[in-house]
Amino acid sequence: MIELRDVHKRFGQQVILDGVNFSVEEGETVALLGPSGTGKSVLLKHIIGLIHPDSGTILVDDLDVATLGRKELAALRTTIGYVFQNGALFDSMNVFENIRLGITDERCNRDADYCATRVPECLALVNLAPETAAKFPAELSGGMRKRVGIARAIAGRPKYLLYDEPTSGLDPVNADIIDSLVKHLATTLGVTSVMVTHDVRGAFRVSDRVALLSDGKIVLQGTPKEFLASADPRIKAFLERDFDKHSFAA
Amino acid sequence: MPTAQTAILSLPRAVGRSVIGSLAHVGRFSLMIAEVFRALGEWRIWLPRTLDEARNIGAGSLFIVLLVSAFAGAVTALQTGYQFQGNLPYYVVGTLVVESIVLELGPVLTALVLAGRIGARYAAELGTMRVTEQIDALESLGRSPMSHLIIPRVLAGLVMIPVLTIFANAIGVMAGWWSAKQVLPISNADFTYGAQYYWRPFDAYYSIIKAFFFAGAITLIPCYMGFNAQQGAEGVGKATTTAVVATSVTILLLDTLLAKLLLHP
Repeated sequence: MIELRDVHKRFGQQVILDGVNFSVEEGETVALLGPSGTGKSVLLKHIIGLIHPDSGTILVDDLDVATLGRKELAALRTTIGYVFQNGALFDSMNVFENIRLGITDERCNRDADYCATRVPECLALVNLAPETAAKFPAELSGGMRKRVGIARAIAGRPKYLLYDEPTSGLDPVNADIIDSLVKHLATTLGVTSVMVTHDVRGAFRVSDRVALLSDGKIVLQGTPKEFLASADPRIKAFLERDFDKHSFAA
Repeated sequence: MPTAQTAILSLPRAVGRSVIGSLAHVGRFSLMIAEVFRALGEWRIWLPRTLDEARNIGAGSLFIVLLVSAFAGAVTALQTGYQFQGNLPYYVVGTLVVESIVLELGPVLTALVLAGRIGARYAAELGTMRVTEQIDALESLGRSPMSHLIIPRVLAGLVMIPVLTIFANAIGVMAGWWSAKQVLPISNADFTYGAQYYWRPFDAYYSIIKAFFFAGAITLIPCYMGFNAQQGAEGVGKATTTAVVATSVTILLLDTLLAKLLLHP
């Protein structure tokens, strides 16, 4: 379980998170919505300990992420797969080596036979051909890079998957493919997922619950239906701007 | 319009900000060094990458290092010959070429060339990795950026830069020898007599010690700058420029400091 309690974060004078309370239950997929620049990615990076809060508590499996030592944090990170916005693939390595780096169990990572099986397996899970393994990130399209990023994140068989804007910058067809992939992985691997996005349509398709981050706070966390039924003007404004509510209500 | 009071306060504020900024750099740099030492135990990760990096530094830099030192040796011989012609015995050219190259020109010119070649590359590589979240990605996988990125670069530099300096010294002396023979009536026996006359074995050690310290500056400063690059292409550019300038200045400072400490203790 992931839980954030009263998390505050500011960069200089700019308040990013202003008392965020947020939770994700085992096995569910939660989409974190919000306009660009509201701190969604910052919140996600708090969960994996890449950013530390000014105050508040971040619990992952009852471990307080901000107070963990170097080794404990590294161990916790092996249970979390993080999908970066632009893939963050290592451009000096080919796809095989990138995904191999995601095999976080050192014994498995050193086992060439295991890696030779596991890497194509991960590529298949994200609908990529085994031949992709030999390519370098520069040779891949935007959608393929995102999928390789997902393959790397799942290579270590994580318990949690955190997606940072997995569909941003993609055309609608590729965005739908990634959304389906997120849903497919949640079902087949049984992972607990948090997806940061500003794509309302995708969030509603994929997630069990949806949360809206606005002005440094979580405005609402509930099912897509509860979201649609909310009378909160911030939610209404967000939905009206980005999403044809009636098409989903039908 | 700024009032007189704000104008008076702006200077101490700027100084204060600069001091705090410098202390923050010192703190972050010290933390990085501590992290490097902590990650030394992960030799399975850094050793193969160090070998690759050493090959890269050695093979990639050899030509330019030899070229620069050959020209330095040749010019030293030609200018020495010009200045002392008719005043001093010719064997002095051998003395001056060898001592100038080994004590100063070999290690310093090699270091300055490598500050541009390797230092700029390290800062730009790590800076790009920082702004494209590749370093965050490494950390998110529970892996240490020190053992994957910093230690291989630093160790490879600490080994290969002194080796390159030895080659630079040898080629510089040979180029000086050859050049001296082209313009002066100096025999091989004269040159080697002069070269050996003031030679002390410590001169060679001094050259390598200097190269080792320069290697520390050439690898650690750019790695630190790149690792802490700010967001965007501008951040990478700034980190790269700052790395080259800071490394070059540090090399000159170390050169002076080591001359005082080791030659005039």
